[in-house]
Amino acid sequence: MGRITLEGVAKRFGDVEVIPPLNLDIEDGEFVVFVGPSGCGKSTLLRLIAGLEDVSDGRILIDGKDATDESPAKRGLAMVFQSYALYPHMSVRKNIAFPMKMAGMDQAEQDRRIEAAAKALNLTNYLDRKPGQLSGGQRQRVAIGRAIVREPSAFLFDEPLSNLDAALRVGMRLEISELHNRLKTTMIYVTHDQVEAMTMADKIVVLHAGRIEQVGSPLELYLRPKNAFVAAFIGSPKMNLFTGAAAAEYGATTIGVRPEHIAISPTAGKWQGRVGVSEHLGSDSFFYVEDTGLAETITVRSDGEVNMHHGDTVWLTPTEDKIHKFDANGDRIQ
Amino acid sequence: MARAVSRNTRIGWTIAAWVVALIIFFPILYTIITSLKSEQEAISGFNLIPSFTLQSYETVQSQNNYFRPFMNSVILAVGSTLLALIVAIPAAWAMAFSPTRRTKDILMWMLSTKMMPAVAVLVPIYLIFLRTGLMDTRIGLTVLLMLINLPIVIWMLYTYFREIPGEILEAARMDGATLRDEILYILTPMAVPGIASTMLLNIILAWNEAFWTIQLTTTNAAPLSAFIASFSSPQGLFWAKLSAASTMAIAPILILGWFSQKQLVRGLTFGAVK
Repeated sequence: MGRITLEGVAKRFGDVEVIPPLNLDIEDGEFVVFVGPSGCGKSTLLRLIAGLEDVSDGRILIDGKDATDESPAKRGLAMVFQSYALYPHMSVRKNIAFPMKMAGMDQAEQDRRIEAAAKALNLTNYLDRKPGQLSGGQRQRVAIGRAIVREPSAFLFDEPLSNLDAALRVGMRLEISELHNRLKTTMIYVTHDQVEAMTMADKIVVLHAGRIEQVGSPLELYLRPKNAFVAAFIGSPKMNLFTGAAAAEYGATTIGVRPEHIAISPTAGKWQGRVGVSEHLGSDSFFYVEDTGLAETITVRSDGEVNMHHGDTVWLTPTEDKIHKFDANGDRIQ
Repeated sequence: MARAVSRNTRIGWTIAAWVVALIIFFPILYTIITSLKSEQEAISGFNLIPSFTLQSYETVQSQNNYFRPFMNSVILAVGSTLLALIVAIPAAWAMAFSPTRRTKDILMWMLSTKMMPAVAVLVPIYLIFLRTGLMDTRIGLTVLLMLINLPIVIWMLYTYFREIPGEILEAARMDGATLRDEILYILTPMAVPGIASTMLLNIILAWNEAFWTIQLTTTNAAPLSAFIASFSSPQGLFWAKLSAASTMAIAPILILGWFSQKQLVRGLTFGAVK
């Protein structure tokens, strides 16, 4: 079981309120991603749940039990750190065994779990090595192994992939998703990378300046962002946001159109501009259109075969029913 | 990339380095040379070639037993160092991993005690030792030497501990380690090189300490530093014997230092050069 409930949880460092009181429900078995720009409080929130930081206000319930004042070890959660945080003086085997040793588990059971974890994570041949002799990806797997053997009620991941190179990151992303499918244990995953959030999460929590901006499935966030911040943060390339006359036309202060919802034409359309940079990826083409008078650049995503070049004059037409409208506070207008 | 250095420049620097090293080492060398002279030679002026007599050593050993002060030195140096570590490891842990706004001030205050001339507190400490019966006892001196060197031990350990990533200790906490487990299984093993060089330096400092050991001991707890001092006065100035006593006193620490020099240099520059 791993149901985690935050009730009015707040965190202050001295006079600075990093996290204003917030409520959040994480269901058993869910893969929840906390995402937001750096400094938004997502790691602090994870550390509050872990018990590595004390909450200033509110309660943290784990499986219905108040764990607010419990020590980290007593909460039954396991954490994987950004720096892996392996014990450098211990072999891989001893690293993985450490939480079981602390729990006073008998040796036979320890060995059984180590073997099982090593097999699942392809670490069997490395059990007698020290962390210093492993690659980044292997170290990350040891850190995950150390978390698995405890059979925790939830896993906490603090930006676990940000020290890996791009190719490894994609591989580990899949491994973590597969791990979740296999174990069906609650996972809370912190990242600043919205692609990781979109690809892995059952539920995304978008944080900004310590506040929860929106909670929902990846598609909900993509299709119906609650405000301009979420709209701009989720999706790559970013949503185009316009203010002024272009927005007033739709009765809004700000309107947003995703790059794939703008048609580009060399002959006719709603907004005129000039192609600045064009990127041809084969499957897609991205055009950064300038001199439209609406925004500095407008990003357009189109079919890979559309061929336009720097300096071409083009016309852009947004898909009317895909336009997101926001009021003066940045909130979505339904 | 190594810079190309001309042969002449290299020879020049090598000679200069040897000259400087010899100047620094000369007092010790001359003590050793003098200890191998007869008393006659020793007072007859500057002379680098001794007659290689061991007479002074024999006399020193027969008049004062070398073994007792040697054992006292070992007990004081090792004892005060171990005692200091027991106090300093938790203290440095607290300051490195759980600092408060005042931590820096506390560290500076501890260091400031080393800036005070020892003689300023001679009278109170002398009286305390006298009244509590600690005068000329190993235990009294061990505790005193521990207290004197504690600021340096804490400072050094604090610097080493600061190099250990806090996330590793947090991981241990998540893994169910108590504070004791954390210090015992994670922090201490990771800081072994640092702790070892701190120990070495502190043993050397305690071994060479002369002010307090001379003031607060007579015979029972007198270490080698007091042993040397005892040769300077009652017998008049017998240079050869004094030198023999000095050589015997510094020999053990010189040998220890020689074998651990790599560790010491690494320890003293740790953190500064990574």
